[in-house]
Amino acid sequence: MANVAHSEASVPPAVMEVSDEIAIDISGMNKWYGDFHVLKNIDLTVYKGERIVVCGPSGSGKSTLIRCINALEKHQKGKIVVDGIELTSDLKKIDEIRRDVGMVFQHFNLFPHLTILENCTLAPIWVKKMPKKEANEIAMTYLSRVKIPEQANKYPGQLSGGQQQRVAIARALCMSPNVMLFDEPTSALDPEMIKEVLDVMVDLAQTGMTMICVTHEMGFARQVANRVVFMDQGQIVESNAPEPFFTNPQHERTKLFLSQILAH
Amino acid sequence: MSGTHAETVAYVADTQYDPEPAPSSSTGPIAWMRESLFSSWTNAGLTILCIALIAWIVPAILEWAVFQSVWNAKSLSECREIIATRFGEGAHGACWAVINERFGQLLYGFYPADLRWRPDTAALLLVVALVPILFRTMRPLVYAMAGLIAVKVVFAIAWTLMGDDGMDFLLSPTTFVALVVGGLAFVFGSEAVKSKWLYFTLAYPLIAYFLLWGGLIFEPVRSSLFGGFLLTMIIGVTGIAGSLPIGILLALGRQSRLPVLKMVCVTFIEFIRGVPLITLLFVASTLLNYFLPPGTNFDLILRVLIMVTLFASAYMAEVVRGGLAALPRGQYEAADTLGLTYWQGMRLIILPQALKISIPGIVNTFIGLFKDTTLVAVIGLLDPLGLTNPIRSDANWNGIVWELYGFIALLFFICCWSMSRYSMLLEKRLRASDRR
Repeated sequence: MANVAHSEASVPPAVMEVSDEIAIDISGMNKWYGDFHVLKNIDLTVYKGERIVVCGPSGSGKSTLIRCINALEKHQKGKIVVDGIELTSDLKKIDEIRRDVGMVFQHFNLFPHLTILENCTLAPIWVKKMPKKEANEIAMTYLSRVKIPEQANKYPGQLSGGQQQRVAIARALCMSPNVMLFDEPTSALDPEMIKEVLDVMVDLAQTGMTMICVTHEMGFARQVANRVVFMDQGQIVESNAPEPFFTNPQHERTKLFLSQILAH
Repeated sequence: MSGTHAETVAYVADTQYDPEPAPSSSTGPIAWMRESLFSSWTNAGLTILCIALIAWIVPAILEWAVFQSVWNAKSLSECREIIATRFGEGAHGACWAVINERFGQLLYGFYPADLRWRPDTAALLLVVALVPILFRTMRPLVYAMAGLIAVKVVFAIAWTLMGDDGMDFLLSPTTFVALVVGGLAFVFGSEAVKSKWLYFTLAYPLIAYFLLWGGLIFEPVRSSLFGGFLLTMIIGVTGIAGSLPIGILLALGRQSRLPVLKMVCVTFIEFIRGVPLITLLFVASTLLNYFLPPGTNFDLILRVLIMVTLFASAYMAEVVRGGLAALPRGQYEAADTLGLTYWQGMRLIILPQALKISIPGIVNTFIGLFKDTTLVAVIGLLDPLGLTNPIRSDANWNGIVWELYGFIALLFFICCWSMSRYSMLLEKRLRASDRR
């Protein structure tokens, strides 16, 4: 546990305080793909400033869960409230929530026909009607924060995977979202590039951003998460602070999962 | 053993090799010939055979088309006499005199000769309307207009020297329009102001309509006089310009989640694709009259334009749908999560990429459409192919085949080949900015 202690020391605890305002409230949420029951009675409340890591075996519904939060997937039963707006099939509300929630994908999904800078300024200009000059300045600020301002005029295809993922994070941040969703952001990366992306995410956590990360990076979970949620077969099996979650898992399924991913 | 530390590790590099040029035997023209033309005995044999074929055919064609051809004659028999006296009995030469005599007809049909500057101007303005769409700056327009004026000057001088009135040709309205437009493009042609020219492109259909059909300040011309390559261009350009936007809308409609919209689009596409163009043209020329209120005189060419455009749109819709389907789902999702509306996402993210993928198919449809315009000859419109029959039944030109069809083929080839070359240029340009 030596490296965990070290990492925690590098993060000033004062910045990572959690407020008691609710950012996302999910209650009794269910989803089916056809007849297949993917999400079963999900209850999850996320407070502002919380960093939640969602883990679990593949097919357990963790990606589907966070994709429901910005309506990339529709839920059929239960309630999702994001920043006080209830998610219904009302397109206006969906757009309102999407403007408020940033998302980072496993495969980056940058726009290959636009430069890095244009990738970042597109949404501020068209969605927020921001003047181009201002959008450029904001984009450059965030590109500096993810440490690639010098790539601004290149195209995504000219960047490495790690750089592309950092651009994707900057692109989401340019909309100044209140919540950031990460859907396995490091799973498609070469081992050498995982750290540069995780470093950016740690930085982001320190600014007090509300984050929900689906990831298998347990080191990251220990370092920044204030809650780890374990899912299996479409339901939340265990949810706890990282220290007790890793050292003293309660559910049999959690113990098995942890023994398998921490063994190697 | 320099470079290895045998005692401690198996191998450790202690220098970095400098890059060296590839061996000269694998680069340059000699290597290219060895690899592409003479890589084996069979290939060498085929290469020699092909060279022999070219050496045999090309001189024969040149002799027929150029060296033993006749440009000035009143009839086919006169042509044959001239060839026999000049090149000896039994010589074969082309009788281009028919093209020389019927040139105006093949280009304009029966459009009144004194008003032909109007289609000329419309064609010139078409170039002006196209350049801002096709190129990044207005520079190509400057070159095109300068080239046009230079060609006109050369012809005017040549004709004046030959005793014809060449000055008339030079001082035509098109020359002045070319000067004005070329000058404007020279001054306001930078990338920054290029988008202003698109307003002209938007207004062009209306301008072209008044130039060709008349009205306003222009003397009206009955559309039954339209013909020749003018007709081909009217139908081809309208079909191309109309089918792309309609095709895109149909393709998006076919993908729509709204069942009624989707059904309408699918029905339209499948119906139009399932029916031969000729049938639709017959509907346009005859059947449509039964459905229109009696006494209405709906211009036949306009009816044909609508039918051809709808026909091409259905094909275009399927080509664009292929491009839309080829995009990874992540692109749609990324556009959604950024809060872009449906139309913003389509315009800024999805369509630029989908259309880029579809360029070969789109241009393929354009070329097919352009050549299909010749089918209007079947309903009695006098496009270049429709004109061949009256020309060939003229007693003077009875029996002429190769020259007439060869010339028409050349006109079509120039247009279709330019479209093909442009699309390759465009693909190359887009690829440069988009390396995956």
